[in-house]
Amino acid sequence: MANTQHLTNLTTQVRRDILRMVHKVNSGHPGGSLGCAEFFVTLYSDIMSRKEVFNMDGLGEDLFFLSNGHISPVYYSVLARTGYFPVDELNTFRLLNSRLQGHPTTHEALPGVRIASGSLGQGMSVALGAAQAKKLNNCKHLVYSLHGDGELQEGQNWEAIMYASGNKVDNIIATIDLNGQQIDGSTDDVLPMGSIRSKFEAFGWVVIDIEEGNSIAAIQKGMAKAKAETGKGKPVCVLLKTVMGNGVDFMMHTHAWHGKAPNDEQLAIGLAQNAETLGDY
Amino acid sequence: MTMKTYTNTGDKDTRSGFGAGLTQLGQSNKNVVALCADLIGSLKMGDFKKNHPDRFYQVGIAEANMIGLAAGMTIGGKIPFTGTFANFSTGRVYDQIRQSVAYSGKNVKICASHAGLTLGEDGATHQILEDIGLMKMLPGMTVINPCDYNQTKAATIAIADHQGPVYLRFGRPKVANFTPETQKFEIGKALHLMSGTDVTIVATGHLAWEALEAAKSLSEKGISSEIINIHTIKPLDTKAIIDSVSKTKCIVTAEEHNHLGGLGESVARVLSQHLPTPQEFIATNDTFGESGTPAQLMDKYGLNASAIVNACEKVIKRK
Repeated sequence: MANTQHLTNLTTQVRRDILRMVHKVNSGHPGGSLGCAEFFVTLYSDIMSRKEVFNMDGLGEDLFFLSNGHISPVYYSVLARTGYFPVDELNTFRLLNSRLQGHPTTHEALPGVRIASGSLGQGMSVALGAAQAKKLNNCKHLVYSLHGDGELQEGQNWEAIMYASGNKVDNIIATIDLNGQQIDGSTDDVLPMGSIRSKFEAFGWVVIDIEEGNSIAAIQKGMAKAKAETGKGKPVCVLLKTVMGNGVDFMMHTHAWHGKAPNDEQLAIGLAQNAETLGDY
Repeated sequence: MTMKTYTNTGDKDTRSGFGAGLTQLGQSNKNVVALCADLIGSLKMGDFKKNHPDRFYQVGIAEANMIGLAAGMTIGGKIPFTGTFANFSTGRVYDQIRQSVAYSGKNVKICASHAGLTLGEDGATHQILEDIGLMKMLPGMTVINPCDYNQTKAATIAIADHQGPVYLRFGRPKVANFTPETQKFEIGKALHLMSGTDVTIVATGHLAWEALEAAKSLSEKGISSEIINIHTIKPLDTKAIIDSVSKTKCIVTAEEHNHLGGLGESVARVLSQHLPTPQEFIATNDTFGESGTPAQLMDKYGLNASAIVNACEKVIKRK
């Protein structure tokens, strides 16, 4: 298990990266990114078994797919800071000729990314396909994926969720970021989805709750529990309860920062609340 | 005038050519996997399923999920062939193909049966006439529309060795089977069927046979036609088209597809850039289809040999 202080420091640094990336280009999605910082850091530094050199086929290692591609800032920051590409490249986020497109893509061959995402609702199917390829290849490693809660309003998810249990795809851990927010407001205001847990259970999945989705310790514990449920004939879902905008007080508990960048003053406040730990890019 | 002749060795459906090709691939290429959205019988995928149950995935009536699964299976080196009707292979899942397959550069083979009007009695909900246009607009997508059973079988086998996304379009009705049983299928290479001097006919799909039939009637009228079968609409064999038109000075394109977005439009773009040439289009005219037998529909919508003859006579006068 990775050093907890290191994970905490890395999370703080990732928050700074997110704020600075979206501020520089005055665009991007800080809210969901900040809310998932602890999850990404823990997943990449402590949970997944990864190879150092990126290979698209990912044989002999765990895979991760980001379905809600708009939270690319946290994805890029963690990929860079776990060794997939130079941290300085975060400077190019959303700029012309960059590998760090607004939404993640394989098109520019950015190491660490295995599928394009951005148009919502497609990642579950892709992750399941990769999981089935792993079984065909007799690869015992797991496939992880992340999805927004609002994203579950896309119908393709439910095709995939139904398929997964019907075909006993039990080498996947699909995490839902339950922050309760989407662009136009709270998920309850936009389209009430009822109990997501009950829906996944009704579709034949094992469901694990992580109530404190912004606690590294809680994520470690919950993901270990999820991992223990794999290989038993059922797909595994983690409901990760997070706070959108976590770590920057004025961005928390609101959908307002879903896709809005901070101005100079707001950036300064946000950075002051997250002192530099591992060095800015 | 002596003409090269072709023999129909017996009407066969192109979807069965796909099924036969897939069966062969199952044995020759262990990385080939097949996915089907509840149409195993229609797509003739039963043999593959029987012989390789571990590499066959019944996904149910859920085409969007099927495309995503296929994209994911390429990660790990598999070569997925998806099977459903052309309508549900393209329009229904356009965004899934665009993002998860084409933009992501995934090695997925989208195999689409029951294309065009000639699926017949099911009517316009199932008769897609826009699929070639949808697929050819996607960057990096190869678009193939074979002309008979033998060519479809050869194309199916060939695309497994091509790295990158492919749209393979075929159909339901039994049509003339006239290309060689054993043939080398070269993606992007036109098939020169007949030499002539007065008019070039470029045909895709089973309209290639109609073009050969038209050539006989034209010959009786003293008109010499050159016939080129374009099985690969993208990338288009521009050289074959320009070389022929340099000689004949006029062209008729023939396809079972809307004239908007089809082969004819691709040919017109090439000629307008390199060799502006009078062109007539055998294609549907921005319309939906309807119920009927394949022969009735081809007649009503002007997609048969007699329509090609009329178009040739018209285009020759425009030279």
